[in-house]
Amino acid sequence: MRSFFKHKFFPILRRLAIFLLVVWTVVSLVTLLIELVPGDPAVSVLGEQATPEQFAQFRERHGLDRPPFFFSFPRDPSGERHFHWYGLENRYTEYWIALVHGDMGHSFRTDRPVIDLIKERYAATIELALAALLIAVLIAIPLGVVAGKNKGTWIDNLASVVALVGISLPGFVIGPLLVYVFAVKLDWLPPSGRFDWSYLILPAVTLGAALSAILTRMVRSSVIEELNEDYVRTARAKGLSETKVVYKHVLKNGLIPVVTVLGLQLGVLLAGAIITEKIFGWPGLGLLLVEDGIGKRDYRVVQGCVLVISITYIVANMLTDMVYRWLDPRIRVS
Amino acid sequence: MNRLTTVGLVIVVILVLVALLAPWIATHDVGATNLSLRYLPPSSQYYFGTDSTGRDIFSRVVFGARISLKVGIVVVAVSAITGTLLGALAGYYGGWIDRIVSGYVFNVFLAFPGLLLAIAMVAFLGAGLNKLIFALCIIGWVGYARLIRGQVLKVREYDFVQAAMALGASDGRILFIHILPNAIQPLIVQASLGMAGAVLSEAALSFLGLGVPPPAPSWGVMIEEARDLSTLQAAPHALIFPGLAIALTVLAFNFIGDGLREYLDPRQRTR
Repeated sequence: MRSFFKHKFFPILRRLAIFLLVVWTVVSLVTLLIELVPGDPAVSVLGEQATPEQFAQFRERHGLDRPPFFFSFPRDPSGERHFHWYGLENRYTEYWIALVHGDMGHSFRTDRPVIDLIKERYAATIELALAALLIAVLIAIPLGVVAGKNKGTWIDNLASVVALVGISLPGFVIGPLLVYVFAVKLDWLPPSGRFDWSYLILPAVTLGAALSAILTRMVRSSVIEELNEDYVRTARAKGLSETKVVYKHVLKNGLIPVVTVLGLQLGVLLAGAIITEKIFGWPGLGLLLVEDGIGKRDYRVVQGCVLVISITYIVANMLTDMVYRWLDPRIRVS
Repeated sequence: MNRLTTVGLVIVVILVLVALLAPWIATHDVGATNLSLRYLPPSSQYYFGTDSTGRDIFSRVVFGARISLKVGIVVVAVSAITGTLLGALAGYYGGWIDRIVSGYVFNVFLAFPGLLLAIAMVAFLGAGLNKLIFALCIIGWVGYARLIRGQVLKVREYDFVQAAMALGASDGRILFIHILPNAIQPLIVQASLGMAGAVLSEAALSFLGLGVPPPAPSWGVMIEEARDLSTLQAAPHALIFPGLAIALTVLAFNFIGDGLREYLDPRQRTR
């Protein structure tokens, strides 16, 4: 057993076990969330006026007539609670079985398979998140390097102030402000929708703003730290230009922590995309979640969206962890 | 204490005063609509102008401070206390409690976007201020628990704690009299940053229509109401003032958190 824990694959196996545990928890939470709905989901979807047949049909169609979990403590006629075991005929197992077959149930409103709705929207969200990531990196690396190289000067202070403002201004403030300036006042970019590339710019900047601020601070402190290392002195001593020293040597080492943050932030971007998509009417998972799911009380759609966003987040985190290990051999060994 | 921390403290003190004295500071009724007074620019009568239904934005921003601070204080207090207790128990006793809390709960909660969980919970529970607070507490306590667990693991090895153990002090006495007072410092930093996070989350959820229902003057609701194109065109100030209020509040708590961290960790001071 000892040698098992010392084996070089143990950390990977451990990560995998945690990954499976997290996925199991998320699916369980999402499945059971529907029990939180106050009152009867069928009534809140169909309305009070629906006939008893319609209610019965709706519950049957979506499995709401089955018990929610393996067991419960229902009241008997005398009002006392007793343990009751339902066996496998319950919503929890049914959701799992369907999920393994790639089925997330049907929309309560449109009766379309939830997995199809999600497939239509998934690409848009990923496109938005990656564009935001790209913008954040394009802003943060030059800004962070300039600030770090000129530590303590007015350039550094300016960069720090810009970064702080970026962190403190949430997307739902930046977004409408950008719409006001670039769509309403200047009329340069469209305020909402998703057609050609010009529609991507404002949402991506909105979503990437906070990340670029965080990254700028990281790149800055990374550059400051690396500039004190011996290899920089060596590089300078052998007559390399300052640009070469910074961009070829310092950045290469300084970017390792940045990559980690980048990966972890990809998940944060996915959550932030919910708000950004609402601001710009960007037809991604977030808009599906907020407008079709929460807005119309289509709980099946909410379940599906939460599940897919979470799994994407978890996978992104795991991949980041692997890239990090691969980038920095010191972590691989320990 | 550095300059930014002072700025942060001043902003927070003003914010608290504004929230406490809101009925006396506000110049108009927060709910009174008057369509003939819509979209008015800032003036000596309407300091921040009026919104799309003619309500006074200044008064609404003032009362909005109450909602933000209430959510922030309740969420931070509840999550900090719960997190501290669970984290301290896990760190002090170790064993299976620790294995469940740190091995399972930490990994699961931290592998999951907190805002998404809050959105999901409120989506199923239904919108409302108390439900929002409940959801934010559920996601909030984990950070405190992890922090305190680490601190307790460190402090319990100190000589004076070992001495107390050797003298046969009870577990409760060792934990609450000897360990926690020495482990709690970083919690203040976390709490300050937590206030910023809670204020942001409340505004975000209200913006999505999942927080306080619309007539209430939550800053998030005000931004949501101000962002349609016709309002943006006619009255950009309806967006700018509540936005500024959120940004300043978040900035202030972040300043305080950063300042406290530097103060408590002298190694960071000589950068």
